[in-house]
Amino acid sequence: MSDQDEQPEHEQHFRVEGMVPTGDAIITARFDRDDSHTYDGYVSSGGYTALRKALTEMSAATVHNEIKLSEIQGRGGAGFPAGIKWGFLPEGVYPRYVVVNGDESEPGTYKDRMLMERDPHQLIEGTVLTCYAVDAAQAFLYVRGEMALAQERLAQALNEAYERNLVGRNVLGSDFSVDITLTWGAGAYIVGEETALIESLEGERGMPRLKPPFFPAVKGLYLQPTIVNNVETLANVPYIVNEGGQTFHDIGAPTSTGMRMFAVSGHVNRPGVFEVPNGVTTFRMLFEAPEYCGGVRDGRAIKAFIPGGASAPWFYEEHLDFPLDKPTVDKAGSMLGSGAIVVMDERTDVVAACWRIVRFFARESCGKCTPCREGTTWLERVLKRILDGAGRAEDLDTLLSVSENISPGLTFPPRQTTICPLGPSAVAPITSAIERFRDEFEHYIDHGVPKDGIDRHPITATGVPVHA
Amino acid sequence: MSRLTSTNISIAKEIIGRYPRPKSALIPLLHLSQEQNGYVTTEAMSHLAELLGLTPADVYGTATFYEMFKFEPVGQYCISVCTNISCQLLGAWELLEHAEARLGVKAGSTTDDGRFTLEDVECIAACTEAPAVQVNYRYRHCVTPAAFDQLVDDLSAGRLSEEVPPHGTLARVRQRTTAGWSGTATAQQATVDAL
Repeated sequence: MSDQDEQPEHEQHFRVEGMVPTGDAIITARFDRDDSHTYDGYVSSGGYTALRKALTEMSAATVHNEIKLSEIQGRGGAGFPAGIKWGFLPEGVYPRYVVVNGDESEPGTYKDRMLMERDPHQLIEGTVLTCYAVDAAQAFLYVRGEMALAQERLAQALNEAYERNLVGRNVLGSDFSVDITLTWGAGAYIVGEETALIESLEGERGMPRLKPPFFPAVKGLYLQPTIVNNVETLANVPYIVNEGGQTFHDIGAPTSTGMRMFAVSGHVNRPGVFEVPNGVTTFRMLFEAPEYCGGVRDGRAIKAFIPGGASAPWFYEEHLDFPLDKPTVDKAGSMLGSGAIVVMDERTDVVAACWRIVRFFARESCGKCTPCREGTTWLERVLKRILDGAGRAEDLDTLLSVSENISPGLTFPPRQTTICPLGPSAVAPITSAIERFRDEFEHYIDHGVPKDGIDRHPITATGVPVHA
Repeated sequence: MSRLTSTNISIAKEIIGRYPRPKSALIPLLHLSQEQNGYVTTEAMSHLAELLGLTPADVYGTATFYEMFKFEPVGQYCISVCTNISCQLLGAWELLEHAEARLGVKAGSTTDDGRFTLEDVECIAACTEAPAVQVNYRYRHCVTPAAFDQLVDDLSAGRLSEEVPPHGTLARVRQRTTAGWSGTATAQQATVDAL
């Protein structure tokens, strides 16, 4: 490791500067204010105007329509248009609920925590507006357990909002009433999957439900109609209501509208979270531009990068000029997922990188489906023995065969023999790495060490215990 | 003391009141008991079962799914070193190796004096600030071995006691009771349940 003793101050890079011909920062606009998390800070910078506007001038259907017009895609991973999702609620079925998914845990993802810690009122306003639009009387803000500060800031903001009648009975004197319950998890990646989150919110083990029949919009929380949306998605709602869906749609690309937050981590000079026009900024701009990441560490070449969280198949130098546009990335066989980009330079041990991602999924498999529970565990063990210098000639075939049992055909988007996409997610780094870097795996198997020019990590971890 | 104190029972009832069904309060209540006792005791789980109308097995079944609940005493400070991909790329294993040497324990164990528990954890959403560490779920960014030593020194000397509460305490601000409206939603649900 070089420059171990330097303490970079990355946190300053949240603002978007220049380079944004089509708009300015939307949801991170307040991030440089010291008081961005307070009621006063929020209101003095235009907060809660969208809610006042909606309650006095707009019907629920009009608010919903603006969201449809904006064509905002969900920011949690799947990228499903929020306006269409809201439309799936069956008419006349009550009670219905809104659940805000703040269980951000996809490796590389670092944006929802920022939004909850730095602008909690924006999320609360977005949540109230969503409840108004879909006629829900109660919302649950589910925050990841490990995020103590986010829980604290949201609790404070919620208390302030209740005191000022921005949440509660007859919001701002209107006929509309809504309660928001702040709730939180306790450490389980899988709870970010919407049906697992619902199970967790019911006080159960966070195991996903089978879809169909358990599409949340139809049979969600307590088997009632439920809208589950990601934090970043709902944080955009006040802007859309204020400025109109068309204004939002005009930002970015027609196929990926609005601004979007991306976290770039790994071997770049200035890792950071950036809110950029969706669909038009390219990976290269993000990695190289001085206002963003400022190039790869020590001027090295990029070996691979992950475009959308640990679950995404890897990209390489030939993908650098692709825009961060959902259809473009989808077509190239990967996904933008949760906006988590991880850059690996030429000295990266890709076998170790692959193992580490697989260990994550092996640890986080909920154990409900056999191919995932057993498969991820075995994938981890085989990769670990390769790393430990005990690899066998047949190991690559074994890895691919186990992968095939979890995700038949090894395609992307994946087919799956499991209820949820966690199992196939463990397969993505394996197929990526073996296809591109087979020689590095073989070198490990033949010689017990990585090829020359690769940085090795002192991995002390023991294997993942077999599920009880 | 393992059962919830009378103060915490009142807090628990407020929390339960915010959900249409009591069992939904289970995870927050497990946190509350962990805040009180530092870990989740068997007696506490039985008490929560009483409060929620569940069996102790229901409570245990849910609790054991979640990484943050500890069923035996842990250190006053639980130090979680992220070793996931972004942190691994920027020296997390080197940091963990250093941490194990500094504390004299392997990841997953607690120092003899009961002060520190060291963990090798999954992504904690601070990937651009790698390698990232949490102490009782409070963040430390871009942690070098020197910064880690300083952290341990500061914790040992009690210099961070305001910033880092004892293990088990998460948010120090609680949502206040919301009277009224959610009662309506609950009543709607009760009607649905009765059908």
